[in-house]
Amino acid sequence: MIPIQHFLVLSSILFSLGIYGVLARRSAVLILMSIELMLQAVSINFIAFAVYLYPKEFSGLIFAIFVITIAAAEVGLALAIVLRIFRNKATANVDEVDVLKW
Amino acid sequence: MSYEEVIFYFVAALTVLGGLGVVLARNVVHSALFLIVALLAVAAVFILLSAEFLAIVQILIYGGAVTILILFAMMLTRVRDMPGALDGPQRPFAALAAAAFLGLSVLAVVSAEWPGETEKITVIEFSDLGDKLFRNWAAPFEVASLVLLVALIGAIILARGEEGE
Repeated sequence: MIPIQHFLVLSSILFSLGIYGVLARRSAVLILMSIELMLQAVSINFIAFAVYLYPKEFSGLIFAIFVITIAAAEVGLALAIVLRIFRNKATANVDEVDVLKW
Repeated sequence: MSYEEVIFYFVAALTVLGGLGVVLARNVVHSALFLIVALLAVAAVFILLSAEFLAIVQILIYGGAVTILILFAMMLTRVRDMPGALDGPQRPFAALAAAAFLGLSVLAVVSAEWPGETEKITVIEFSDLGDKLFRNWAAPFEVASLVLLVALIGAIILARGEEGE
């Protein structure tokens, strides 16, 4: 069998790739895709903990279901906001949307 | 090396490759296609963890809906036509932060003492999961459906714009 550490290291790699993407990319859509990667890493962690460590409790699996649900809502809403920003400012780059910056 | 390990390393390599493609691709559409690869590979990881239901949900929601939504947003915001839309000047700091997080978390994973069984998967029955979800987690489940409804209505209102615009 595969030890749990393998899955945890895989999800760490995926999460740090997401961190890199969120910090380095400029377009809001690309940042959203990196956030999806980070959410996937979290889901892997939840399920790994659920099936390895606490198989009597289902909390990990149920939380993974909720993560997927909330991610779907988040993508829909965030893309609507990005579309709105694009319509108002003719750009979707996050560093050019600086109205609140003094 | 057992066949399970071979499959795991193949799927893990595919996941990491997809993730690298998402954050490093110079073409945004390629980036989205790499995202599909990464998401499908994560679904395979879920199957290796014996969570078939979540793998199916993953393929349906992420592989289908979310990536299509992201491609639509790319088309509508014309990311492709933006020169220099890809990476900001903060790239080295981003790489530093990501590497620091990776080092810390791998160190934590390797040095931690895990309670219980860390070598064997206990397969969780599908029907048990549904039973638990609708008995013990019924209220959060309903709240999640409410969140989805509110988010969809909000998205429609935001994307439609004001009257007479």
